[in-house]
Amino acid sequence: MHVVDAEAAEPDGLRLRIPEPKARPGDKPVFRDLLIDRAGEVRRPPIDVRPADIVDLGAEMIRVLDIHGDAVGPWAGTLDAEQLRRGLRDMLTVRIFDARMLQAHRQGNTSFYMQSLGEEAVACAHRRALRPDDMCFPTYRQQGLLIAADYPLVTMINQIYSNSHDPLKGRQLPVMYSSRDAGFFSISGNLGTQFVQAVGWAMASALRTDTRIASGWIGDGATAESDFHSAMVFASTYHAPVILNIVNNQWAISTFQGFARGDSPTFATRGHGFGIASLRVDGNDYLAVHAVSSWAAARARANHGPTLVEWVTYRVGAHSTSDDPSAYRPQEEPFTWPLGDPIDRLKNHLIRIGEWSDEQHQQCVAEVEATVREAASEAERFGTLRSEHSSPASMFDDVYATLPDHLRRQREQAGF
Amino acid sequence: MTRMTMVEAIRDAHTVAMERDDRVVVFGQDVGYFGGVFRCTQGLQKRFGKHRCFDTPINESGIVGVAIGMGAYGLRPCVEIQFADYVYPAYDQIVSEAARLRHRSAGDFTAPLTIRMPTGGGIFGGQTHSQSPESLFTHVAGLKTVIPSNPHDAKGLLIASIEDDDPVIFLEPKRLYNGPFDGHHERPIVPWSAHPLGEVPDGHYTVPLGSARVHRAGGDLTVLTYGTMVHVAEAAAAESGIDAEIIDLRSLVPLDLDTITTSVRKTGRCVVAHEATLTSGFGAELCAVVQEHVLSSLEAPIARVAGWDTPYPHAHEWNYFPGPARLGAAMRATMAYR
Ligand SMILES: Cc1ncc(C[n+]2csc(CCOP(=O)(O)OP(=O)(O)O)c2C)c(N)n1
Ligand SMILES: [Mg+2]
Repeated sequence: MHVVDAEAAEPDGLRLRIPEPKARPGDKPVFRDLLIDRAGEVRRPPIDVRPADIVDLGAEMIRVLDIHGDAVGPWAGTLDAEQLRRGLRDMLTVRIFDARMLQAHRQGNTSFYMQSLGEEAVACAHRRALRPDDMCFPTYRQQGLLIAADYPLVTMINQIYSNSHDPLKGRQLPVMYSSRDAGFFSISGNLGTQFVQAVGWAMASALRTDTRIASGWIGDGATAESDFHSAMVFASTYHAPVILNIVNNQWAISTFQGFARGDSPTFATRGHGFGIASLRVDGNDYLAVHAVSSWAAARARANHGPTLVEWVTYRVGAHSTSDDPSAYRPQEEPFTWPLGDPIDRLKNHLIRIGEWSDEQHQQCVAEVEATVREAASEAERFGTLRSEHSSPASMFDDVYATLPDHLRRQREQAGF
Repeated sequence: MTRMTMVEAIRDAHTVAMERDDRVVVFGQDVGYFGGVFRCTQGLQKRFGKHRCFDTPINESGIVGVAIGMGAYGLRPCVEIQFADYVYPAYDQIVSEAARLRHRSAGDFTAPLTIRMPTGGGIFGGQTHSQSPESLFTHVAGLKTVIPSNPHDAKGLLIASIEDDDPVIFLEPKRLYNGPFDGHHERPIVPWSAHPLGEVPDGHYTVPLGSARVHRAGGDLTVLTYGTMVHVAEAAAAESGIDAEIIDLRSLVPLDLDTITTSVRKTGRCVVAHEATLTSGFGAELCAVVQEHVLSSLEAPIARVAGWDTPYPHAHEWNYFPGPARLGAAMRATMAYR
């Protein structure tokens, strides 16, 4: 028998692999490599399971809603009809709010905006699975966490407009909210920093024998940052009561997820080397997001340690108002995304179980549109980026706890 | 000569450097297929292939770290950090590694890299898209730090940086990418096509590191500045009627001492201006250098105009940015000093 010895075979020279997405503008979009399980097929382990006993769940995909709109399998049943309707309204609010703020940007009321079109289920369902006093450490794409915490829309818009009622006094880029009361940590523009801070907050809670947990957020692209790995090692070493959420929306500006993931089959499997319980979930399935978030929260609260969750979703819109995705991905790609639209899917489910109708849906959309419109006009009364702001003197506040002399002199020199 | 924006000039510099030397490789976040969020590397991947210009994972420490490794192998990496505000994860690799590699290995290994990054404010970018961190680099032995103020210099300086045998921090004032912004944000945008420094020579040329440029000759007072503030100084001179000599330093380390001292000896008065925060800013170094070398020529204390010592704001950008009014006031006060 002739055996080819792979170890002896050397090429003429080495060659670097540079990853390439399956489709670029002009190509037919392909999601061939996306590993999708049928709804209801992935098991639901007990919350005290050893991470080593669920390594299969890092490569599978937990889904509850099937193609008919039925909720199936062991992860179904965490929400009643009233909660589902509230979830639908949360997601509609995010979507309609985003659309209104993009319009406000076009009108010049703000300098910048970032929408979460297509990924609304992830933040909305997750927030409803936490307790109000748990702390989230979000990225700029988790406005759903605030909206599902019933945070006032007008306050969000005040921040976006940097107006005289902006709680952050015009300091931060639009959408970089902060609200301790709403369990929403101040957003940083620097990717990844919050992920390890979430672990620290959770460690503090455990150090003080508190019962609150933390929830850290990061995008697929930003998992490449060193802070992602810092978070993992600290969470693993100290068994921190934290949920570590990766929102895999397939893109990081123009860079497809293959750059951050490398040769790992999924982002969830990143947790295995750290011994962290790791799950991969259909992020466009409101019921699955809620069920898995509840599971991970219960696990953390029962002192069984951290959970890493990869929410598989798709960034339907541009990265931000400064971006044009038609330059780097097929324009039809969003429409061929195999996991569908989270709002449509929840709506269909509610209709299927007899708890919703097209008429009710239309009415709900109209109500939310009116609410958002009213919030926007209320905020406009407090000014927009182009008009009224907090006093410029406030620039010098909060640099330190008390104003030092050199800043006092600078403020005087500035004439404020 | 071709009329170019600063973005086009930077692109052209890459093309020239990559054509002349196949050891030059270009990479960073979104720089490959897309050509960078400011489009400074657009077309390079198409022209030179995926192995000369490519995207990277979002990890600044990794970008600089692998660039150092490639430099050790013998390549000449030119990498992009998407915004200067995002360079901090790479700071250890820059300060502890790239800057000192030649010295600690007694020349056995070197780090011939260029690290490009958009810097400065003026685009309503808030605190994470507006910073001017140049003094965090000028303070580090082993690094060179350059900052062009126009397309002509951007191309010549970038080629010189890529060809330089030491690590160069290449700061690109993002507000100048598409036009010579003079701080008058309320006025229409002026394109580079209407500006003489938008004339860029074709092919290869360099602007040597360590050579300043007299942007405007004058006899009343010297303004030492760089980047966007060069154009702000020009507006301040025009509006105040002061015959200022504006020195565009272009290169902070190495610093062109001759041009500085010659000018201050002539005018006897000096104002230092930068966008970066005041305390421990590069202006402090300039003040020290001027008083060390030409104290006897000074007829007035050196004035500093800089960003306030606060994080860069969003809504209050124009209260923060040291525009022509603030710079003009400092120039008038310096002229009035007796
Ligand atoms: C440290 C740092 N590096 C680079 C950037 C620039 N940047 C902002 S968002 C982004 C892409 C992030 O993609 P991903 O993590 O997938 O999140 P998504 O935008 O898809 O939600 C990049 C590169 C940044 N903000 N911070
Ligand atoms: Mg992403």
